[in-house]
Amino acid sequence: MKTTRVIIVAVGGQGNLLASRVLGEAALIADVPVRMSEIHGMAQRGGVVESSIVFGDSESTIISDGEADVLVGFEPSETLRAVNKCNSKTIVITNLSPLVPFTVSIGKGVYPDLDVLQKLIQEKAANLIAFNATTLAREAGNVMAVNMVLLGALIQTKTLPLSSDHVKEAIRTRTKKDFVQINVTAFDLGYSAAQAVSKTENA
Amino acid sequence: MHKLLQDHPGQKILLLGNESIARGAIEAGVAVATTYPGTPSSEISMNFFQVAQESDLYFEYSTNEKVALEVAAAAANTGVRSMCVMKHVGVNVAADPLLTLAYIGVKAGLVLLTADDPYMFSSQNEQDNRYYGKLAGLPVIEPSSVEEAKEMVPYAFDLSETLGEPVIMRTTTRINHSTGPVVLGKIKKINSKGNYTKDPFNQVPIPAVARKLHKRLLDNLEKAEKIAENSPHNFIIGTGAWGIVCNGVSYNYVRDAVRDLGIKTESKILRIGFSHPLPLRLIKDFLKGCEKVLVVEEGEPFMEETLKAFAQEEGLTLKINGKGEGLFTRLYEFNPGQVRQSIATYYGIDYTPKALLDLSDIPEIPQRPPNLCPGCSHRATYHEVKMAAKGMETIYPTDIGCYTLGILPPLSMADFLLCMGSSVGTSCGFSKTTDKKVIAFIGDSTFFHSGISGLVNAVFNNHNFTLVILDNGTTAMTGHQPNPGVDMNILNLSRYGRVSIEAVVRGIGVSHVTTIKPYKVKKSIEAIREALNYNGVSVVIAEEICVLYAKQLKIAKGKPFEVTGKCKNHRNCLNEIACPAFYIRNDQVKIDPDLCTGCAVCAQICPENAILPIKAK
Repeated sequence: MKTTRVIIVAVGGQGNLLASRVLGEAALIADVPVRMSEIHGMAQRGGVVESSIVFGDSESTIISDGEADVLVGFEPSETLRAVNKCNSKTIVITNLSPLVPFTVSIGKGVYPDLDVLQKLIQEKAANLIAFNATTLAREAGNVMAVNMVLLGALIQTKTLPLSSDHVKEAIRTRTKKDFVQINVTAFDLGYSAAQAVSKTENA
Repeated sequence: MHKLLQDHPGQKILLLGNESIARGAIEAGVAVATTYPGTPSSEISMNFFQVAQESDLYFEYSTNEKVALEVAAAAANTGVRSMCVMKHVGVNVAADPLLTLAYIGVKAGLVLLTADDPYMFSSQNEQDNRYYGKLAGLPVIEPSSVEEAKEMVPYAFDLSETLGEPVIMRTTTRINHSTGPVVLGKIKKINSKGNYTKDPFNQVPIPAVARKLHKRLLDNLEKAEKIAENSPHNFIIGTGAWGIVCNGVSYNYVRDAVRDLGIKTESKILRIGFSHPLPLRLIKDFLKGCEKVLVVEEGEPFMEETLKAFAQEEGLTLKINGKGEGLFTRLYEFNPGQVRQSIATYYGIDYTPKALLDLSDIPEIPQRPPNLCPGCSHRATYHEVKMAAKGMETIYPTDIGCYTLGILPPLSMADFLLCMGSSVGTSCGFSKTTDKKVIAFIGDSTFFHSGISGLVNAVFNNHNFTLVILDNGTTAMTGHQPNPGVDMNILNLSRYGRVSIEAVVRGIGVSHVTTIKPYKVKKSIEAIREALNYNGVSVVIAEEICVLYAKQLKIAKGKPFEVTGKCKNHRNCLNEIACPAFYIRNDQVKIDPDLCTGCAVCAQICPENAILPIKAK
């Protein structure tokens, strides 16, 4: 089976690990081989959380620079920071709602301009799907559902050996009962948003 | 029911490496588990802690790794299967009992799990603990995957019982923090009642006994070597002449590389999962069929050096390489691309790696270092110490915990650190050889772990420094584990005692002891100033529950503050405290109400009194 390598980057607290977990469970449901790895040291202290999910025939759980097939960023500057994981064929999906690092708040560093950021990624990767996932999460009923919105977008790209149904099934069985409805709505909103973005690009 | 207790053999579930290890122990019928928490091992014991609430497993958070191993060693010597879990540097602390436990041996299985941390994702060094196997004369086993980790734990228990020796199981972060599908096995019934028969001339290593026991250990090591020869965890794949020897996660990268490079027929892989003692015969036979050999192992050239020695014994002259120019390094962790490249280079395979993107036009992206949480009381204490020490030339020995993040500007309150508890011992040295004011910081859990003996030393030898104990009522850094100072009633757990830090400090004989509430800025500064002016050993205990923990327990009470129109932009708040709840909008400091915990520390240092609670609307 073909190997598909996905990197998810986020800021601690954005739900990266749950998103990865849902993908893993969906793979188990779909009977697709899956291996994952995460670096979450001090996530709760505002650091970066990176996870890698490898589908198909691979023993490795981590992904080398330039070898990700898909990069999903829950925060735009973190997406840009992780571009070293991409190659010219990588699909990049990013939230456009910044979480400004504290270093910028205290005047040590400048947050990248969002238009420049998108242009840079577009030039380098095969495809960029960028939209405000935070707004959609709020629309779904909880700002914490950013992770599910982006999963929706990820599945829409059809780069993974998983269907919407697999992922929704995983959401239903593996996320907290009280949030299932919001999470599924968020997933659908992300799916449609990615569809809309690709349509505009093709037009 | 806890998910690791489900009794559905054959079912496939997704587990984190650390969950898989805990499940392996449960399947092996572990009856006693002990630990001192440390990343990347912490989730193993967190799961034991939870499982123990609903099963016959006895689990404890011990005060440090040495004690944890001693508890487990005794339990195992009463015939009860025991496991002791720690991060790699924890084994340094446990090394003293470990090396003699190897002489004494065990009556039931004892597995010492060491979680090594190549690349130092959350550690102060990347020591390779396979050497503890060599040093202690104990077997070492190492899994390559999440699933194998579960399989290896029962194997380790059986091996330990066959040899009558503790077994070291060594993982790395990429096993502990990887996730994969695991097939559940049968759960063995727990036998938690031990039986002790006196046998002092085998269990009290006075010299005459120890001389006998050392010989016994060497005999056991020979037995272990024979077992390693036929262990299912040492195996060969392929029949080619290009030899590759690997262990741990490197095995996965090698498997992928061999497939990607299309060298299945040319190559022959020896995967070592039982890495001490190394299987002499198996390796010699392997080497004989190879043109040359590449050793792929993270960390030190542990296998490489032994392989070279074996080859020499056999009179083999084939090239054996691993660490070296153009191949592998002893630094950090490996990755699949790097292993693929090194194999291609070594065997002269035509291979062009995926072109890396040109990233030269990417602007500098602002760093996002982990930071003390909004409202963290350590930030307040650091500010107060700084104020109290104004005008003094200071040295700030620090210790291991969240508060090590005080190294970051603008706090910059960390100067020197070696290991758990070193803040106290090093303060003794600094205060002896300099005239600077030495002010050390240590957390509550770390104080219990290994700060106490340093403090006893300080009182006895009459040193001169101030120790600030940052007591936030939990072991915060590793995920809020209990420690001896914690009120366990908060968790509705009743079988625990509680040790008062202040009583310990006074009992040691420190005569100047003050307890402060760090959210009260002025009072705290005054109290600290007094402590700093004291000639001799003084201790300040800063008491405030970890803000993150309080939130989790739903006992956080603070209401958010805001910067009002009275602000004249002095920015003392931002420049001195730098709480992550601050941000700047239109050149004015603002407070994010979602992040503010209402600690009111910034409000107390604002010269205009411009920071006030948000009025209820």
